Amino acid sequence: MYEGIVQELIDELGRLPGVGPKSAQRIAFHIVQTASYDPTRLSEVLAEVRDKVHFCARCGNIAEQELCVICRDPRRDPATICVVEEAKDVAAIERTREFRGLYHVLGGAISPIDGIGPDDLRIAQLVRRLADASVTEVIVATDPNLEGEATATYLTRLLVQPGLRVTRLASGLPVGGDLEYADEVTLGRAFEGRRVVDA
Amino acid sequence: MYRDDVVVLRTHKLGEADRIVTMLSRQHGKIRAVAKGVRRTASRFGARLEPFMVADVQCYIGRSLDIVQQAESIGAYGADIVDDYGRYTAATAMVEAADRLTDHEAGLQHYLLLVGALRSLARAEHAPGLTLDSYLLRALAIAGWAPSFSACAVTGVSGPHSHFVAQLGGIVSDAAAPPGAPRLDPDVIELLGALLSGNWTTAEASDERERAQASGVVAAYTQYHLERALRSLEHVDRTPA
Repeated sequence: MYEGIVQELIDELGRLPGVGPKSAQRIAFHIVQTASYDPTRLSEVLAEVRDKVHFCARCGNIAEQELCVICRDPRRDPATICVVEEAKDVAAIERTREFRGLYHVLGGAISPIDGIGPDDLRIAQLVRRLADASVTEVIVATDPNLEGEATATYLTRLLVQPGLRVTRLASGLPVGGDLEYADEVTLGRAFEGRRVVDA
Repeated sequence: MYRDDVVVLRTHKLGEADRIVTMLSRQHGKIRAVAKGVRRTASRFGARLEPFMVADVQCYIGRSLDIVQQAESIGAYGADIVDDYGRYTAATAMVEAADRLTDHEAGLQHYLLLVGALRSLARAEHAPGLTLDSYLLRALAIAGWAPSFSACAVTGVSGPHSHFVAQLGGIVSDAAAPPGAPRLDPDVIELLGALLSGNWTTAEASDERERAQASGVVAAYTQYHLERALRSLEHVDRTPA
């Protein structure tokens, strides 16, 4: 325990996800002891982010305006929607530079054991977006774990309709890995998803 | 250090890439252990420690939580279960019930019952709702709360009786039933008895109305003995295939 405000700072930092008591103490002492570090900018950004940042009215991504930067971009292909669990998944897919369509952020995955059902996710908003016949493909990019797969199964059952292609991201061997170290579930998926090699 | 066969009940995220895995084991009851790095895509055994997986694990005994060192798959039921939404929601309710009904002293019967039920779901042997209700009744019976669906639960007098009172242990006679106790159709009582004993011929012959009534009875009986409802039960998809 430290005196007054130093302990308050450690307690506040410790409330952040992934920051344990030791890390909170280390950050707090960095702020207190490093004369060259100016925390003013950090406090301004923290206040600003709570004030300005919200969720995109169309896709649920992080946005500073009503629509996010991707939904506002006229160069994006509106015929393809990639469905992800969290806004941070959008950033991961954008880093690939492979996808030029739009996104839809569900806000999680179906997990009955945690009390999260389909009605707790942004699935109704997705269905409303698909009422516009211009969408021809929905790519389900939920996490390749049990909840993500179950969510994909539910969406596939819900979204199947004439003129709409519902696809799921491929899963299998990680690039740069050794085949002998792959577990049987992942290797089985890789076999299921094998493709013809063009000559 | 110890090694045991386990069925994974649920997982919780821990830190950057770890998970706390809750498992029901063959010999060590319910175990909670940390699986390090399993959320990374390059994890060697992350897929083996997903819920509904049956695995042979080796754990190191930690101070508060054990640590999973190795895991080999015995039964990979997860993929077949999540392929069908009804099977997934039923399986989730089963593992939640197992989590609530067991502790570190849980016996082999709980383990075998759950593995058998998950295997049956994965193979789509019966309607998911029937498998779930049968599992719940049998798991409660193993825990010491076996319901009676033939003789009166209070007096032991042979039936048929029609009043169902969860607080009294199942079906009770007219004389033992408190005022206002609900009555069940004989077909529903027969279905409940079949689910408890594993008489699948009778259970499969039931219609949707009987199954809906029976599942309501099972939910009420489960809730009474677990003292609060299973969160998964309200999400169970009982839409006929």
